[in-house]
Amino acid sequence: MREGGIGAAVKRKEDFRLLTGRGTYTDDIARPGELFAHMLRSPHAHAAISAVDISAAEQAPGVVAVLTGPDADADGLGGMPCGWGITSRDGTPMVEPKWPVIAQETVRYVGEIVAAVIAETADQAADAAALIHVAYDSAPACVQTARATEADAPRVHEAAVGNICFDWDLGDKEAADSAFANAAHVAALDLVNQRIVPHPMEPRAAIAEFDVAAAKLTLHCTGQAAHAMRLLLGAFVLNQPEHKFRVVCPDVGGGFGTKVPPYCEYAILCWAARKLGRTVRWTGQRAECFITDTHGRDHATKCELALDGEGKFTGLRVLTTANMGAYLSAFAPLIPTYLYATLFAGQYTTPAIWTNVKAVFTHTSPVDALRGAGRPEATYLVERLVDEAARLSGLDPVEIRRRNMIPADAFPYQTPVALLYDSGEYERALDIAVETSGWNDFEARRRDSEGAGKLRGIGFAAPIEATGAAPSAIAGSLGARAGLYESAQVRFNATGTVTVFVGTHNHGQGHETTFAQLITDKLGVPLENVEVVEGDTDRATMGMGTYGSRSLSVGGSAVDRAMDKIVEKGRKIAAHLMEASVEDVEFDSGTFTVSGTDKSTSIAEVAFAAYVPHNYPLEELEPGLDEQAYFDPVNFNFPYGAYVAEVEIDPETGRLSVERFTAVDDVGNIINPMIVEGQVHGGVVHGIGQAVCEQVVFDDSGQPLTGSLMDYTLPRADDVPSLTLDHTVTPCPMNPLGVKGVGEIGAIGAPAAVMNAVVNALAPLGVTHVDMPATSHAVWQAIQNARAA
Amino acid sequence: MDMTGEYRIGAPRERVWKALNDPDVLKQCIAGCEMLDKTSDTEFSARVSTRVGPVSAKFTGKVELSEIDPPNGYRISGEGQGGVAGFARGGATVKLTEDGGATLLAYEANATVGGKLAQIGSRLIDSTARKMADDFFGKFAETVGQAEEEISGEAAAEDAGAGEEAASAVAAEHAPPAAEGGGLSPAVWIGGLIAVVVIVLIVVLS
Repeated sequence: MREGGIGAAVKRKEDFRLLTGRGTYTDDIARPGELFAHMLRSPHAHAAISAVDISAAEQAPGVVAVLTGPDADADGLGGMPCGWGITSRDGTPMVEPKWPVIAQETVRYVGEIVAAVIAETADQAADAAALIHVAYDSAPACVQTARATEADAPRVHEAAVGNICFDWDLGDKEAADSAFANAAHVAALDLVNQRIVPHPMEPRAAIAEFDVAAAKLTLHCTGQAAHAMRLLLGAFVLNQPEHKFRVVCPDVGGGFGTKVPPYCEYAILCWAARKLGRTVRWTGQRAECFITDTHGRDHATKCELALDGEGKFTGLRVLTTANMGAYLSAFAPLIPTYLYATLFAGQYTTPAIWTNVKAVFTHTSPVDALRGAGRPEATYLVERLVDEAARLSGLDPVEIRRRNMIPADAFPYQTPVALLYDSGEYERALDIAVETSGWNDFEARRRDSEGAGKLRGIGFAAPIEATGAAPSAIAGSLGARAGLYESAQVRFNATGTVTVFVGTHNHGQGHETTFAQLITDKLGVPLENVEVVEGDTDRATMGMGTYGSRSLSVGGSAVDRAMDKIVEKGRKIAAHLMEASVEDVEFDSGTFTVSGTDKSTSIAEVAFAAYVPHNYPLEELEPGLDEQAYFDPVNFNFPYGAYVAEVEIDPETGRLSVERFTAVDDVGNIINPMIVEGQVHGGVVHGIGQAVCEQVVFDDSGQPLTGSLMDYTLPRADDVPSLTLDHTVTPCPMNPLGVKGVGEIGAIGAPAAVMNAVVNALAPLGVTHVDMPATSHAVWQAIQNARAA
Repeated sequence: MDMTGEYRIGAPRERVWKALNDPDVLKQCIAGCEMLDKTSDTEFSARVSTRVGPVSAKFTGKVELSEIDPPNGYRISGEGQGGVAGFARGGATVKLTEDGGATLLAYEANATVGGKLAQIGSRLIDSTARKMADDFFGKFAETVGQAEEEISGEAAAEDAGAGEEAASAVAAEHAPPAAEGGGLSPAVWIGGLIAVVVIVLIVVLS
């Protein structure tokens, strides 16, 4: 292994900056003469606005402008765009109501912007906002996902009858129905995959500047996808051409999906900056981010799994109602459809699958991607059903999985729900997890817990996901309104250092290190001589950003392709320098050699010759060593895992603790094992959080009651045991690096493993299902209900 | 939120009566009250600055009396707007019963809150509302000049809703008979008192 190359567990290059407070986050940036925006937000989930009186606010000290919905219309702003269209099963397009950047006649969720005040200081803007009088005529709200389609549910958008955004299906209903007609057992569950808040450490923030002389707009913001942000805001909302619009996403303190979509605040800042010819900034308070960052999950599902007499899965049927919130955020329709139902085969050979998803509007905060985005919901229902099937058929949860897993020799494997799985050795991961977790010794630990008056449970989950979005042609045929390739530029500098420009974005994933390791490994340039630049539309040529665990397999592959071009050109330059024929020049780890001789030259010398072309084949070659490549994957890739959770429950109080957690993952080739481990750690903790703590609660009128960290529980260190991690390596055949995504798999597998363990612990009492989150109260209630039954 | 409470009132009728119909006195008794107007026999409006936990704001509220059943009770409803802090709306059913020489005023209030108040303050509202109600009655008793020693020792307020002991005892005497001549009827003064309770509960705090 080359020092600092692929496979080296080097510490992250970016951490010196980030851990010593030297990062540059959006809020750290200051501009002379900047103005501050304050967003006045609706306190009602559903109300008609009869008047907005801004006269007092306009006269308040320091106020430069007060913007309202009609102003946005007058200035020709478009609504917030949606990046993915879904077609209902009757062939009609999804209902896509306009999402105005500032509410006009109606507000549809608590937190929706009703006016924006721009003032010389943040305090002046906030004080002036308090002087705005909005006359609301409040109305009943539609809040609960499962009840959104009921006849008497308040209507969210006039165009969405029954509050249905789309009614979509996938799979072969006839085949699935037939499997159920002939089933020996049917495992059926009603599940709620609860709404959770993404909670990046850094709140959203943005600064918009308008250079009047150049007619150029620059937006710095907390984003995960600078180019996509530019495209969506520029083309659909602001009518600002791309060559006159720069978006920069500097250091960003976590995203988890919620920082992918463009937001109304950013559109308002850009609009205000352009209108006023001044810099305008906004930094979200934790409280407003709680209700206006897009939320995640929020499904109500009825699902059932058919089995034959041998415990083989023969059919799966799923009916899901997915909550979109009040408006369609940029990728919301994609999540409960192609990122969800396409994963229903899980790791199994289930031959017949049918699903129907109704996406609904409610008077709640919009929902979009959150770590896993659809795939945690898929793994959760499949793996909960498998445990229920094990219970019904009297098989051990590991044994029933073993009987149904796709065998290693069956790849590539076509599932009945569209995806072609590339590679996998599922049973091997399962074997390692069984061994590492002490699955077979569980009974002894259970008895120990019993002796201490506690209930103990063990749960297995076999998560799978599709990462590396996406093959553009396939994505386009399924409704994507953009391509999903990635671009990379590898630029040698004259002195032999390298600058890499990639269209992805690093907000905790370690790209500055991982991408540099690719350069070090292939080109032999020391790690410290490589700089990775991301998140700037004026520097990286093009890109689609970081989400869906795509950066390495798509962006990294683009880097690899660009390096191939560097080597190809370098060989020609080296051949000239060594007076050899190009065919005889070989390249390995930073050195060009003439095969069969001891003649060699380093890539640094080649780079120098390329930029100081005194001795250079100028008649055949251009100067410079600077190459660009795009990579559009031919397929998704499919990371998978085998997870085992063990919980202990105090039956008197319902208090639950996750005692042990084992995760065996296969993410293909590993560039930096330490970063991979960190990503799995983060994902698993996120998943444990969903399983046992986190939940957004709205009251019946649509008021968010869990709107601060006093009322919304994030997992803390003492909620999580020391994790036992292991991995297998099944290289992905679909990209040159053989890698798969790793950022989300932990959050995909952990909820199912933990909840299977909870149900296992309570099984002696007759409990067969507990909804997330398994708080002490929920567990205690399940125990009481079981005892009363 | 749902809240119940009970106060025993033993102040001289005329003084209480006048005080309860004197917006200036009421204003003095509500912490942070900037304006209190009796806009008709059955309506009050008020503006109060206060804070609930981390949320501070000026609230403007209107309270209306209905289902007036002298001297047994009333229905009161109202709404308060706290601007960027959110809003509160709700109602209370108030019952009056004679208790020896005094009058027991019992209320059952329910209110919904919205905006920042609900998002951040919901867990703080109950306790803050109780404290404000107690502060009001304490201050009111003092203001109407009733000597503390006349407070009967057992007089106490009970908060069944949250199971917490709450509320200071208020010097009071039994409900006055219907006034003749120059006085206002009990319906009005009790209404005034209730209005203040509800202003406190709904407009200011809940």
